[in-house]
Amino acid sequence: MAQLVSLRQAVAEVVSDGDSLALEGFTHLIPFAAGHEVLRQGRRELELIRMTPDLLYDQMIGFGAARKLVFSYGGNPGVGSLHRFRDVVEHGWPHPIELEEHSHAGMANRYVAGASKLPFMVMRGYSGTDLAAHTNVREVVCPFTGERLTAVPALNPDVAIVHAQEADRDGNVQLWGIPGVQKEALLAATRSLVTVERIVEQLEPRPGAVVIPSWVIDFVAQAPGGSQPSYALGVTERDNDFYRAWDAISRDREQFMAWMETNVIGKVAV
Amino acid sequence: MSTASEASAGATGYDTGELQTIVAARSLAGKRSCFIGVGRPSTAALLARMVHNPELVLVYESGTIGAKPFRVPLSIGDGELAQSADFVVPVPEMFNYWIGPGRVQVAFLGAAQVDRHANLNSTVIGEYDHPRTRLPGAGGAPEIATGCAEVVVIAPHGTRTFVERLDFRTTRGDHTTLVITDLGVLEPRDGELTLTTLHPGVTVEQVQDATGWELKVAEQLALSPEPTEHELSSLRELVSR
Repeated sequence: MAQLVSLRQAVAEVVSDGDSLALEGFTHLIPFAAGHEVLRQGRRELELIRMTPDLLYDQMIGFGAARKLVFSYGGNPGVGSLHRFRDVVEHGWPHPIELEEHSHAGMANRYVAGASKLPFMVMRGYSGTDLAAHTNVREVVCPFTGERLTAVPALNPDVAIVHAQEADRDGNVQLWGIPGVQKEALLAATRSLVTVERIVEQLEPRPGAVVIPSWVIDFVAQAPGGSQPSYALGVTERDNDFYRAWDAISRDREQFMAWMETNVIGKVAV
Repeated sequence: MSTASEASAGATGYDTGELQTIVAARSLAGKRSCFIGVGRPSTAALLARMVHNPELVLVYESGTIGAKPFRVPLSIGDGELAQSADFVVPVPEMFNYWIGPGRVQVAFLGAAQVDRHANLNSTVIGEYDHPRTRLPGAGGAPEIATGCAEVVVIAPHGTRTFVERLDFRTTRGDHTTLVITDLGVLEPRDGELTLTTLHPGVTVEQVQDATGWELKVAEQLALSPEPTEHELSSLRELVSR
């Protein structure tokens, strides 16, 4: 059963230096509050895993918390580059990190294998591209048809953190809107935390919702607005103006660090 | 980079970017479904639903199928996409059930580099291990480009984009049917991109100068029809929302 605790306690319980850490949420429900708490607690040497690093991993990489990034699309959606990600890859600032990159389909299937506790998933993809030679995939032959397919290895992070609209007092979680790979990431991980907008007496069934039972979650913490500037459908709106503003904030190293000190490190978690 | 961004402006009252969007929208007439990313492809697909094809099913890789946004979304995961969709699916389902088996007919893709076989680079400029410019990476493009039957590439026409040799092959070009630029339209002929259509006011020499290899030119060159009043006013109304 999930324990309901504060965000500060939950992050302290699940994340240690050197962990492989997946903070998932595909454009929607990105767990910014939890990621910021990881930085406030001074965690370092993390293997950061996310399909779309987005602003959150731009911040975590730029702040020097990562030793490796596993990802499939490192852009600011609709705006352009992630400048901290580019700076670390192009200039090794603040320190070089290892990259492992995949396609979205590859990453999604890696989480499916991880959640299924299978060693790999099989798919069509990677062949005929330069990606195959620069990442961790293998060709396999279908034992039934002889077709050549691509095997992608299971992704089993030490820790997964996702954000959802609500949980009940027993720690059962419900999220709706774009469901991304949150359920897969959570089931693939060794330890898990779900941050939620609100705690409710009872989960009301909603069309298309994903329900995750308390007994596969380690910790639930309330973090209202915890996915801003991403959003929680029906609760908060995506702050598109901030996504545009990040382009200027993140271009300059000193301006970025000053923004982080004021807006992340200097803040206190709920 | 040589482009003709001002080529048709003024006298005829539209710019080449608008024409490129309008030509892309026309390519979706009669199609059942289209996979789209953000930016110009998204604008073109919404314009197609307004002008040519109100039943067109728009698919965004965030999992929203049958999205009907009123405004052009900034990201592929804006709230309006989920709220207006026929249904919303998780990412593994999107790729394994819908894109991989070819259930989405057309894909609109962009890229930083395009070669003569319509292979695309969206990963790095320069060497992979020491890139001059690190680009966002593959995202959904590789499997979208092999899963969808018809791939339409939308890109600015210049020698930085249309290159003899890609710095990195992110996405295969086998399923590409059209490459729509701000100068004209290229289509594969015997596996090689060939200039088949010029936009109004553009010359073959201009297109050749903006292409990084010796470009094949079709014997019968077509001319893109000028935007109609309806197309142009619909596009302007759409982007002003």
